[in-house]
Amino acid sequence: MKRVGPRGSGQFERISWDEALDTVAEQLKRITSQYGNEAIYALGGPGAMYSFSNRGCLNRLLNLSGGYLGDYGNFSFAQYIKACKYTYGAEIDYLFGSSVAEMANSDLVLMIGHNPSELGMSGSGQGYDFVRQKQKNNFKTIIIDPRYTESSLGKEDQWIPIHPGTDAALVEAIAYVLITENRVNQAFLNEYCVGYDENTMPDGVPYSESYKAYILDNPVAGDLTPGANAKTPAWAAPITGIPESTIWDLAHDLANAQAPFVQVAMSIGRHSAGENNVRTAFMLPILLGQLGLPGTNHGGIPMSASMNVFSMENHAEAGDDANAVKKRISFFKFIEAVENGKDLTVLKDGVILPDEELDENGDGKLGTDIKAIIAYATNRLINQNADVNYSRQVLADDSKCEFIVVIDNVMNASAEFADIILPDVTYVETEDLVNQGAVAGDTATLVQMSTSVGPMFESKPLYEMCVGIAKRLGIEAEFTKGKSHKQWLDEAYAATQAMNPGLPDKDVMLKQGIYRKYLPNGAYLSNKAFRADPVANPLPTPSGKIEIYSERLAYLAKHWELPEGDVISALPKYVAAWDGFEDEATRHDYPLQLGGYHTKGRVHSSYHNVPWLREAVQDAVWMNPIDADQRGLKTGDQVKVFNSRGTIEIPVKVTPRVMPGVAALGEGAWLKMENGIDKGGNINVLTSHRPTPLSKGNGQHSIRVEIQRA
Amino acid sequence: MTNKIQYGFYFDATRCTGCKTCQVSCKDRKDLPVGINWRRVYEYAGGQWNQNGDGTVSQDVFAYYTSIGCNHCSEPACTKACPTGAMHKRREDGLVLIDAEICIGCGSCARACPYDAPQIDNDKGIMTKCDGCYERLAEGLLPTCVESCPQRALDFGVIDELRAKYPDAIEPNIAPLPSTEITHPNLIIKPNRNAKPTGDKSGQILNWAEV
Ligand code: SF4
Ligand code: SF4
Repeated sequence: MKRVGPRGSGQFERISWDEALDTVAEQLKRITSQYGNEAIYALGGPGAMYSFSNRGCLNRLLNLSGGYLGDYGNFSFAQYIKACKYTYGAEIDYLFGSSVAEMANSDLVLMIGHNPSELGMSGSGQGYDFVRQKQKNNFKTIIIDPRYTESSLGKEDQWIPIHPGTDAALVEAIAYVLITENRVNQAFLNEYCVGYDENTMPDGVPYSESYKAYILDNPVAGDLTPGANAKTPAWAAPITGIPESTIWDLAHDLANAQAPFVQVAMSIGRHSAGENNVRTAFMLPILLGQLGLPGTNHGGIPMSASMNVFSMENHAEAGDDANAVKKRISFFKFIEAVENGKDLTVLKDGVILPDEELDENGDGKLGTDIKAIIAYATNRLINQNADVNYSRQVLADDSKCEFIVVIDNVMNASAEFADIILPDVTYVETEDLVNQGAVAGDTATLVQMSTSVGPMFESKPLYEMCVGIAKRLGIEAEFTKGKSHKQWLDEAYAATQAMNPGLPDKDVMLKQGIYRKYLPNGAYLSNKAFRADPVANPLPTPSGKIEIYSERLAYLAKHWELPEGDVISALPKYVAAWDGFEDEATRHDYPLQLGGYHTKGRVHSSYHNVPWLREAVQDAVWMNPIDADQRGLKTGDQVKVFNSRGTIEIPVKVTPRVMPGVAALGEGAWLKMENGIDKGGNINVLTSHRPTPLSKGNGQHSIRVEIQRA
Repeated sequence: MTNKIQYGFYFDATRCTGCKTCQVSCKDRKDLPVGINWRRVYEYAGGQWNQNGDGTVSQDVFAYYTSIGCNHCSEPACTKACPTGAMHKRREDGLVLIDAEICIGCGSCARACPYDAPQIDNDKGIMTKCDGCYERLAEGLLPTCVESCPQRALDFGVIDELRAKYPDAIEPNIAPLPSTEITHPNLIIKPNRNAKPTGDKSGQILNWAEV
């Protein structure tokens, strides 16, 4: 389809595939010759999880035509992987911690924001595994969350409600108890860590910069007398909303546990001070020396069983697949890169440039604006990106981003901003392998899609669209390598089979549909080798140890240009950041914090258009009875939820399952703008596009609002 | 009248996460419209919040779910209320079914049933209800809701066999359900740790919009 009204008006006209693909090819040619390949941005999302006909095809096509502006990070764990990198040394390797099955060896599972029963729609494999492990082994379970989640419901031994984004303050208060009561594992800290106290500071860094000095607010080594700004439970209580005695008890429970399993959710990273939240939460297992031992976890999200699948982009045989454009931006900066990409810099915006383009300070500019966007199977052009009204305003101007293609099978808020919409097939219309995501739990599942209907109406699988575009760009032979779609599918299957010994032949899978694989030995224990022998198995940090104090971050703290209020620090710290609980700039006008959670009613924005799901899980904003009474609201009342960025209008659900001062709304609802007010209940009308300091990622959980009767 | 056998449901409230897969898969089987739910999942919750005056809060909040279809009761209120005999209890397996040919859509059964199981189809002018997936049973399959539950919180079978299979399960005199004395439902429940007795006033159904 092609756009006929103004960009974003949702007015389209049906055109032929030839006209559509001609237009795409012409525009790509025009824009690359006029602005360079780095003006092309490929926007991907998890909307389609095919192995073959997925964004690997699209990226390969773009690589073959000279490359495109790449990005780094993602909406789920941009901040978390930076916390992993600077604490444990590597981004993805330490994202995953011990598997759920390892909880069997624990006597205390502490979940900081972790919610396995709602992480994936219907709870995911992790949700199933957690309930089974809990019921079988009956370890004590403490859940810290502003909501009484579906992971609770009697499975918890204790629920500790907390103000969103203040987890780091809680952890610091626990650290205070552990330090002053001498319950830290000093031998572990001495041998495995950098930056805890005078024994472990990097060369030339004084004790006053150590974690211990920071928590105690006392720069004198060996003196445990707390200073006025010591991170005491009394300090943390009003920030977190957790009574002082509860914090003391929690610290003692952790210290007394034989094998505490600490689970730090990705969600606490998606706050305005997200990287520091996660790094701070990692301090619990570190201070206790409880990692790499049976029943423990370094904090990372549960390792899931997984299988590798073929992707056209990384296909070894292809060889010609490298992206010639070496510049990259944060995934979260693309709207800014449309608006003014030229002036985005390394030190201010986290742009990554090839070495030869950096000046003597290590700085440099992106030097180009995004002029074309190809969005495939994603609703993050508009709906899932932060600050919907900002995105809409920037993208509506077709002199900025001159060309937008959306490839999808539903007409969503993002598709409404396309110039050309290419209709993709749905899962049931094609043959492909689908790999289960990272919340699979202890069982990995590969699904062989087969079809008896074929593409419906005029839709096509992405691969075939790419062939059509390649033909028009004169690179069809390079792209297809002379193989048919069927040959590619067979080859993709064979390659996947080679990566997963035991996977049956394709004709068997076409009948059996599902193939499962369990974690080897039933459980995975993170950091086992490092714990057993830290010299032989150092961490990939510069010191080879756990870096409580990071010299690399000390360097970035000095050199990066940050807006007022943003903090990059060598030590993990609680930061009272923008739109957080303590933010003076917003807490008076917008007294409620708003938590955006994964609802059971859809997967992010996918399947929002299924009426049965809308009926099954009402999209209403949760509100505590105390806050509702103050506003004279009762369940079912239509309310306006608003802040300086926008207003949504939805029903309210008064429920004791969310703490006072906090409202909660399932994310992913489809935008339905009527006279500037979103009647669809899309939380991103209220979220900020201001990035987090270190990863330049999404602080989408830091939201302040007011709620009134509509 | 004694049945040859009596079917019934088992529900494990310690596992249920309220995900509604049972509800939606049931609708999928019979392509039921929005507004008609042969299986409903009730969210029952309560507890008090206390603002401690120092910026902190304390609470004793609880919540749990109850997934309910039709209990194919031993003393069904619905059949007794039905003026035409359309709502009837099958002798061979105790399933309570509706004969659509004779149903006049008067709604008496729906008013009588304390579990809200009969659901009127206004378009067709007839009553509809969980039929125990009798067609699937004939093929040796379990009801759709049971097989779809990702937590494996549901089971179905001859009620005496279920009672033997799940010794932890009890008669469902649990809020928000009514007393079992009214209809003698063929439902057993493994109660949630948070479970409150029938008639409890400390909580309430929170999700009326969803059931
Ligand atoms: S649950 Fe209601 S509809 Fe079902 S048999 Fe009992 S009384 Fe009748
Ligand atoms: S499918 Fe299972 S877990 Fe989900 S609501 Fe129904 S009974 Fe509960």
